Amino acid sequence: MSMQKMRKPLGAAGVHAILGAYTVLALWPIFLVIANSFKERKAIFRDPLALPTIDSFSLIGFEKVLGKSSFGLYLFNSLSVTLITLAIVLLIGAMAAWALSEYKFKGNTLLSIYMAIGIMVPIRLGSVSILQLIVDLDLTNTRTALVLVYVAQSLPLAIFILSEFMRQIPGDLKEAARCDGISEYGIFFHIILPLVRPAIATVGVFTMVPIWNDLWFPLILAPSPETATITLGVQQFIGQYVTDWNSVLASLTMAILPVLIIYLIFSRQLIRGITSGAVK
Amino acid sequence: MSSIRLNNVKKAYGATEVIHGVDLDISEGEFVVFVGPSGCGKSTLLRLISGLEDITDGDLYIGDERVNDYRPKERGIAMVFQSYALYPHMTVYKNMAFGLKLGKTDKAEIDRRVRETAKILQLDKLLDRRPSELSGGQRQRVAIGRAIVRQPKVFLFDEPLSNLDAALRVQTRIEIANLHEELKTTIIYVTHDQVEAMTLADKIVVLNGGNVEQVGAPLELYNSPRNLFVAGFIGSPSMNFIKGEITLISDTGVTVTAGGGSAVTLPLKPGKATVGEAVTIGVRPEHMNEGADGDFHLTGRVDVVERLGDVSYVYFHLPDTERLTMSVPFTSAAKKGEAIAVSAASADIHLFDEQGQALERLP
Repeated sequence: MSMQKMRKPLGAAGVHAILGAYTVLALWPIFLVIANSFKERKAIFRDPLALPTIDSFSLIGFEKVLGKSSFGLYLFNSLSVTLITLAIVLLIGAMAAWALSEYKFKGNTLLSIYMAIGIMVPIRLGSVSILQLIVDLDLTNTRTALVLVYVAQSLPLAIFILSEFMRQIPGDLKEAARCDGISEYGIFFHIILPLVRPAIATVGVFTMVPIWNDLWFPLILAPSPETATITLGVQQFIGQYVTDWNSVLASLTMAILPVLIIYLIFSRQLIRGITSGAVK
Repeated sequence: MSSIRLNNVKKAYGATEVIHGVDLDISEGEFVVFVGPSGCGKSTLLRLISGLEDITDGDLYIGDERVNDYRPKERGIAMVFQSYALYPHMTVYKNMAFGLKLGKTDKAEIDRRVRETAKILQLDKLLDRRPSELSGGQRQRVAIGRAIVRQPKVFLFDEPLSNLDAALRVQTRIEIANLHEELKTTIIYVTHDQVEAMTLADKIVVLNGGNVEQVGAPLELYNSPRNLFVAGFIGSPSMNFIKGEITLISDTGVTVTAGGGSAVTLPLKPGKATVGEAVTIGVRPEHMNEGADGDFHLTGRVDVVERLGDVSYVYFHLPDTERLTMSVPFTSAAKKGEAIAVSAASADIHLFDEQGQALERLP
């Protein structure tokens, strides 16, 4: 008994310490980026860990990025590629997951395994063939190319997670709906989707973040100035001999914002889903 | 409102047949209860009728139409599930209106029907609540309401009261009976509880192992069960079975001797039974009395006495270890360990041949 009593608060404190340490570790680079983006170049190098002071405060990076580069275009490219991919992945992923989890048909298991392989094999291994394919399709330097590749990259995990969630929806509910005279599409859109909303939000976050941060595919498939994404756009400030740190940090800071907003939208759904599930 | 006819309906999963050819006629407006132990196929049969499962062989008619290949929504049925199966993200109102809304029914008409139904089921104050904010009984009423608003030809109930507590079960049972009075729609109701079956049904279908054992009105099943299974299933506590032997067949009936009891002549047609055949004598606990007034006498020793207030159950055993139950008035002085003399009237005694089939009564 006394052992248990001793252990419990210690355990809680320990858990908090570990989680706190991890949070600091994870947020540290972001803190550095944001803090330094508001500093003069010299101040960045003199004391990279310091917060901006009245002396060292400068918006030069933001001025350069917003004034002299096509930051708006990059932002638009990143946003459009991410959001369109997200919409396609969530819709097709959810529909495929529903089909795989609900209907018995020949090849169901095979298809599921095929999808699972997609999770295990990194898509970048196929970069060369993907590039060839995109060239053959005449889609180089288009956002379409990026969307296609990202959809392919994200679908397997989306289907996997969503079908697990959909399996947990009681069969009676679907059957009640069928007896209620509701079509299969009706069941999917009006019953299944609202019920797996937390899962959709989870998948949304998991899908969005890697796409937003990706440098590889924009670099090889759509490197033109018109189609460059933020991650690629930032590269122009990084030179072989000189790197414009003010601009790099400023554009990274601004790149965080949209993704943060989308995340907040999804996480609200997450929390709502969790609490509504708890009551039922 | 519609009649239903099943013609040699079979269901197999792969090579395993679970429903072995069921023939059944259900008239318009009838309240039919499928009853049987778990795994007897009663729910499967209901799902075959609903269209949630495909019929492997045979024909199913609802009204005059053969509906084998119709999907559930085309059959004009509404089903109430044991788990309620309410849409958790919709209010009570939306739960009831949902099917109609997607069926493109006129909005004003939907509203009228939902409110009318809610009134019948006393749900009118709960229309804005979600299922999670309702009690079990209220949820079940919503599930029933959802079925009613669709104005189906047939209601299907799949063990609707199993998740309710005892008091609520009785109350809801009465509500369902009243509802049937009011709506006069054909109802098929599945339960494993024979009390529900006896109280609700116009007609009971007793199922066992995918076969129909007997179809009949509740009292018909109680008074003249066709075989051992039905005899043991209908009635609570269940019928006592005593091993015996036919000693004489005459014009006045069949005379049997029980292992530990007296000989008795029962007013039954012998049928195919012969003298010397081993038979089973069936006596309901409520038809046994203490003392020697009846025609059939047994003596045994009391194991346990359960006093329920109005009635007491005496569990006793015969010398050859057969265990029996008797229900007696609460005034009974039976005591554990004591010898007891029991008798029953010959008119109340059932006899089953070696195959477990009941012998018919003499007219």
